[in-house]
Amino acid sequence: MKLVFLGKLADLAGAPDKDVPGPLDWRGLLDRLPGPLGEATKGAKVKLALNGTVLADKTALAANDGDEVALLPPVSGG
Amino acid sequence: MAKDVRILHGELSPGTAMNLFSAAHPEAGGIVSFVGKVRPDKDVEELELKHYAPLTLAGMEELADATLARWALDGLLLHHRTGPMHPGDPIVLVAAAARHRRDAFQAAEFAMDHLKSDAWFWKREKRAGEWHWVEPRAEDHTDLARWT
Repeated sequence: MKLVFLGKLADLAGAPDKDVPGPLDWRGLLDRLPGPLGEATKGAKVKLALNGTVLADKTALAANDGDEVALLPPVSGG
Repeated sequence: MAKDVRILHGELSPGTAMNLFSAAHPEAGGIVSFVGKVRPDKDVEELELKHYAPLTLAGMEELADATLARWALDGLLLHHRTGPMHPGDPIVLVAAAARHRRDAFQAAEFAMDHLKSDAWFWKREKRAGEWHWVEPRAEDHTDLARWT
């Protein structure tokens, strides 16, 4: 499965995306995100999308192989 | 074709897009358009917009549907650029065609206010050779509160 990092999270990750093995829940995701990237992801304003749908509660993440999880910091707007 | 929603990876040519939009809506009594440009500001050398395809286009389509549901329009156009751009470049074009002008003015402003605050775009600016991510502006959210 794939993690996609948007905005400044891509800088913290050092790449726009990363392949990781599934399945993955919220704790598992944080374990995969070292240091500042994990801290930023925990921030109240960072949202998660699973296969293009924003999760109402990111801690309820349940992703499997073949899924795409996007990490979304606050938008700057158009 | 009531709505024309696009994310452009290359140049945005407002004149060409407006001519096509106008020709597509001969029934309209008027068209209101807004062109947003990369503001020549301070020391900004370059601007880059990033989007996330699964969310950004779907969000713009939803915004177009909400705008069409709220005002009596013949057509609505939302074109937004993504990628690298320079000060003065057109970045967004919103146009509303309607039988009557008030619907067109209000619809264009509603769509633009929502694009500015809600759309799934992340923006960074290059100043003195260094990239900086642009944080959300409080004013954009104040602008949005007018429509609730």
